[in-house]
Amino acid sequence: MPVLIKNRALQEDDWHVLAADVEEIPARGSVLVPLARWQILREAVPEGGRRIGVVLDTGDDPHVLAPDLHQLPVVAVHFPSFTDGRGYSIARLLRERHGYAGELRAVGDVLRDQLFLLARCGFDAFALRADQDPAAALAAFTDFSEAYQAAVDRGALFERRFRTEVVQ
Amino acid sequence: MYLYDEIDQRLVDERVRQFRDQTQRFLSGSLSEDDFRPLRLQNGLYIQRHAPMLRVAIPYGMLATRQLRMLAHIARRFDRGSAHFSTRQNVQFNWPKLEDVPDILAHLASVQMHAIQTSGNCVRNVTTDHFAGVAPDEVVNPLVWAELLRQWSTFHPEFAYLPRKFKIAIVGADNDRAATLVHDIGIQAVRDASGDVGFRIAVGGGLGRTPIVGHVIREFLPWPHLLTYLDAILRVYNRFGRRDNKYKARIKILVKDRTPQGFRDEVEAEWAHLRDGPGTVPAAEIARIESRFPQPAYQVLPAIDAAHERTLTADRAYARWVSRNVHAHRVPGYVAVTLSLKQHGVAPGDASADQMDAVASLADEFGFGELRVSHEQNLVLPDVELRTLPTLWERARAHGLATPNAGLLTNIISCPGGDFCALANAVSIPVATAIQARFDDLDYLHDIGELDLNISGCMNSCGHHHVGHIGILGVDKGGDEWYQVSIGGRQGADAALGKVIGPSFARVQVPDVIEQLIQTYLARRDSEAERFVDVVHRIGVEPFKEAVYAGTH
Repeated sequence: MPVLIKNRALQEDDWHVLAADVEEIPARGSVLVPLARWQILREAVPEGGRRIGVVLDTGDDPHVLAPDLHQLPVVAVHFPSFTDGRGYSIARLLRERHGYAGELRAVGDVLRDQLFLLARCGFDAFALRADQDPAAALAAFTDFSEAYQAAVDRGALFERRFRTEVVQ
Repeated sequence: MYLYDEIDQRLVDERVRQFRDQTQRFLSGSLSEDDFRPLRLQNGLYIQRHAPMLRVAIPYGMLATRQLRMLAHIARRFDRGSAHFSTRQNVQFNWPKLEDVPDILAHLASVQMHAIQTSGNCVRNVTTDHFAGVAPDEVVNPLVWAELLRQWSTFHPEFAYLPRKFKIAIVGADNDRAATLVHDIGIQAVRDASGDVGFRIAVGGGLGRTPIVGHVIREFLPWPHLLTYLDAILRVYNRFGRRDNKYKARIKILVKDRTPQGFRDEVEAEWAHLRDGPGTVPAAEIARIESRFPQPAYQVLPAIDAAHERTLTADRAYARWVSRNVHAHRVPGYVAVTLSLKQHGVAPGDASADQMDAVASLADEFGFGELRVSHEQNLVLPDVELRTLPTLWERARAHGLATPNAGLLTNIISCPGGDFCALANAVSIPVATAIQARFDDLDYLHDIGELDLNISGCMNSCGHHHVGHIGILGVDKGGDEWYQVSIGGRQGADAALGKVIGPSFARVQVPDVIEQLIQTYLARRDSEAERFVDVVHRIGVEPFKEAVYAGTH
């Protein structure tokens, strides 16, 4: 079974991404479906034997998913290339604007050297590109011990600086 | 300069460690060239025609003398003894070895410097007025705000992989000495009717293939909202900027496609969600940053100095230098001085390690151990006592730093060009030196008066040729190097883009063409006060075009 990084640890990944050209959704198991497919499915609430999540492309509008977020255990964002940065904005919008609390997964061209910033934007799960070493990649979460900007993982550094000064 | 605290230092040290690991993985083959390229670019490292080129940030153009001495040390130890000051308040080393770059970054970190985001499709080094903090016409000191922007943009989690590079400039004075209107975002400090400080925000300016002057989308943004508003602009751009064609990927194209009004509406709608959020700047943070800039211990001095006045009358060369290279200061008895890196016969912006050490000594002796890098590729001593000016002049002359050409024709702004840059169509520096050689007569040069001449080796426009009073662009014609000439560009509050005068020229023709343009100007000007660019705007391009091409038909 493929390996997933989830909450900074390795685990087996039992979700599989439904290929765009596959018509049948399996009756059992955990499946990530494209947004267009989800918009058809959502009327018929998934039944007991299977779990459904959604894969967003970087060009998709995350706002259309807002009404459904409470019932989605996994939302994935597909990076066609690691240099396509739209997924970072999508992640923050899902977390900060729409309060999505489930698993937010980066899939596609996901590499070790982007993990630190992806995590700051709210991704908590990473299905790395096949040639990457997930165990070695865990070190990337501690590339930096601090950060200036407010994001999903922490507030702005200026707030912490003042708190520290008050404590001293 | 802003003094790092423990956290600022730790982040820069961690960046060195990160890049050392990335470089080792690349050299060992576990990180591919394609995967490494964006990472090295975000540390300013290009793989060039002859060797790698490393671009080091000089945030908002401010350098302490110990930092300049470190640049000189790096030039000697890791390069061939010189460095090139660019048009964006950066400094470039043209001959480092890839495997040495982590060590170079460690040297830089030891003096609170770095190469973070000096290239790549991210928010680049923020630039400002080279007289920031000392100019008499300032609304606010932009250095504090520029440092706030440096911290905000450093490793911004959301905007590391934008459609294209992103350049921000900020000024605190009425006179826009940082050319903010030709930046992706241009920020100008303003005061409202009640005297409160805010910012005028322009977007979508830029040079390159599609030169355009930026559009103001907000006349007054109260200062606490600066970062959330920038986040809103960047988010709209990050999500909707074109990624299918790198030549259409700058924010100016998005602003044009959506119309400035439409783009503004999208930004405001996004900002409505971010406004007053956790990115809102507290007053205490501005005070904290301000307190980490050492305050110069200015003395109380008379505004007029007798020795200076005497030398002005007695020595024509001194008077000429003062008229071009010495600038007003907000404190009486002090001036700011441009040290020219445009010595005739030397590539514009180039400085040898010895010159850098010499400038550092001058900045210690004639100031507070601090200096500025201008986007005109010169160095500035910001706090010189007027009474020491004649002495400084003598010393600067001895080091070849007193060419009295600031603002004149031979103060050429030029990219490194095809001698160094893999992107260039044509060389730029030999063109610059040929023009400088043609106009080596200083009396003639001063008679011509204020003239910005900018040279770019290709459409990437690193030499900002569109805003030169005379702009020269290297073009490729069937594998040969040709030069297109435009006139009438200018920077500042009334920024304009130059118009191409006609078919391009061979390299040897360029000095003649410039001579023809100058002759036409001298014949048509109303008075000495009317500058070249003013005449172009008054009488149009045609008379210049006719004069230049008259001999060629």
